[in-house]
Amino acid sequence: MAKKKNTPAKEKAQKTPAKAKSPDTEKLHWLVRPQSIRNLWIGGGVMLAALVAIEKAVHTHGYFGLDGTFAFNAWYGFAVCVAMVIAAKGLGLILKREDSYYDGD
Amino acid sequence: MTVIETFPPGLVLVLGALVVPFLRGTAQKTWILVLPLIVLVLVWRVPDGTVLTVSFLDYTLTPVTGDALSRLFAIIFSIMAFAGGLFAINHCREIEITAAYIYAGSAIGVAFAGDLITLFLFWELMALGSTTVLLTGGGQKAMPAAMRYLLMHIMGGSLLLVGIVTHIDTTGSIAFVAMKPDSFATWMMMLGFLVNAAAAPLSAWLPDAYPEASPGGMVFLSAFTTKTAVYVLIRGFPGSEILIFFGLFMVFYGIIYALLENDMRRILAYSIVNQVGFMVTGIGIGTEMALNGAAAHAFTHIIYKALLLMSAGSVLLMTGKRKCSDLGGLFQSMPLTTVCGIIGALSISSFPLTSGFISKSMISQAAADESLMIVWYLLAAASAGVFLHAGIKFPWFVFFQKDSGLRPPDPPLNMRLAMILFAALCIGVGVFPGPLYSILPFPVDYVPYTAAHVLTMLQLLLFSGLAFFICLPLMKRTLTISLDVDWLYRRLTSATIRKLIAIFGPIDQAIRASALAGLNQAIGRVYRFLGPEGVMARTIPAGAMVYWAVTLLVVYLVLNLI
Repeated sequence: MAKKKNTPAKEKAQKTPAKAKSPDTEKLHWLVRPQSIRNLWIGGGVMLAALVAIEKAVHTHGYFGLDGTFAFNAWYGFAVCVAMVIAAKGLGLILKREDSYYDGD
Repeated sequence: MTVIETFPPGLVLVLGALVVPFLRGTAQKTWILVLPLIVLVLVWRVPDGTVLTVSFLDYTLTPVTGDALSRLFAIIFSIMAFAGGLFAINHCREIEITAAYIYAGSAIGVAFAGDLITLFLFWELMALGSTTVLLTGGGQKAMPAAMRYLLMHIMGGSLLLVGIVTHIDTTGSIAFVAMKPDSFATWMMMLGFLVNAAAAPLSAWLPDAYPEASPGGMVFLSAFTTKTAVYVLIRGFPGSEILIFFGLFMVFYGIIYALLENDMRRILAYSIVNQVGFMVTGIGIGTEMALNGAAAHAFTHIIYKALLLMSAGSVLLMTGKRKCSDLGGLFQSMPLTTVCGIIGALSISSFPLTSGFISKSMISQAAADESLMIVWYLLAAASAGVFLHAGIKFPWFVFFQKDSGLRPPDPPLNMRLAMILFAALCIGVGVFPGPLYSILPFPVDYVPYTAAHVLTMLQLLLFSGLAFFICLPLMKRTLTISLDVDWLYRRLTSATIRKLIAIFGPIDQAIRASALAGLNQAIGRVYRFLGPEGVMARTIPAGAMVYWAVTLLVVYLVLNLI
């Protein structure tokens, strides 16, 4: 299941290079063809929606209140990940150096 | 009991490793594969209680003391040595495998050490073994990295030694039992353990050194040092609240740095710190559920992290490239490595039906049971973050992403077999958690597979995945590294010393020059006085002496008469 989800989204970034090579589309690995990528995105979207919808049928008990509310894990997982990416990006401005930084040592 | 039954299993691996360089060809390969299996059987057979006692000075050492916790760690260390040996057998030098087995054997020695002296001896042997693995297998950059690694571990070892000596001096006991960080001695011991656990702020040694090892070398390195630290913390400091803070910091430190990193094996190195953070948090919570969770997570972590590093090591070996910006699209020609890498990535992310799901969730459950609300929310956020930095980032940038044009085949058979073995274990333990639960230190009252748990975990992880792909433009790989605490000792100290030399050098020279001039002057004076032409060297006629003697006698006479 997880792999299915990974793959659709994964292929998104390949969309552009794949399209750029459109004359060779037939030669591309089936996984990186634009049509497959589109299908995988659709499949992934449907699965995410289904995961939230199923929660209506499954009783999820929270421990602290907020975590028991509907679709908590979905939005929480999404929100904290975006926050962490942005935090990393921000810290990167201060911490990042050329990867040859220590080479002269 | 027979000698074989009482002999320390760790030492069997250490001594057996020393035989490896003397063997050749098939005999050598067979021995490399059979030795860890013999040790595994010996470990399995260690009963509860003290098996061996040895007199040393005024103390009675207990080098083999068994219980469920010791056996759990020793078992996974033996399995790891086998799989690591299988993976390394054709691309690592024999001296490297020898060092790796000495390293693994001393880790098993630590797991069975019933007293602090034995513990310390194996602890230091581990540092030497791991440094040798780095030195013998790594490239050009490995030498200075290994030296920094060794210095850090000598410092950690010194802290531990100070703690142990003070502890023995004040309590008179050498037994290694549960303690509290409430005295100088116990604090020093805990800090010594935490250095090896790569706890902040001294975690930079791990991503600095490990990725410089050979492909097989890093697989070994990922397993033993940090996990023996987890073991000694579980046994020595369960329920020490400060560990929760250390652990949570490590968890987020690992995620943020891994997100910034471009080198695939450094991503996984940061992810070791992240995962050990979960375990340290569990040890800090300290309930039976939490300690079981920490121990189980160490067990499963060794397997999936080794699997991830085998996958990354295979890519490195077959392409010679280690930067995400140079890789991509490898799934087309390395299908097995890709699948095994993805299984490792799903396991580290705690996906249902993989080993991480049945171990990490016990730590979160313990936080919930103890009503540690903030800890629970942070652990949930961190679980999502693991999927982000290791679960998707690693396989995506290495195997998919863009077509790098590289078409290397899967690695040789032995490496494929090692990956298949560990991938099977990741799924096997995830689907059938019973056997692992039955060897945990405390009875397990936990059911991982409930509809609610599976659903909430899937929601958390898959929406994290969505966030990854939406944020992908923000995560464009750059040819950079990120500064860490090691900057202090790699740059700041050397730069400071250079600056001080620039400032004080001329002053120092002036002082020396004037001191030298003064000294020369003094020598000149003394020379004039004592030298061959000096006053003292003049020959004085005997008449002068008689003159002065008579003068003295006259003065004496006059004084007498007065």
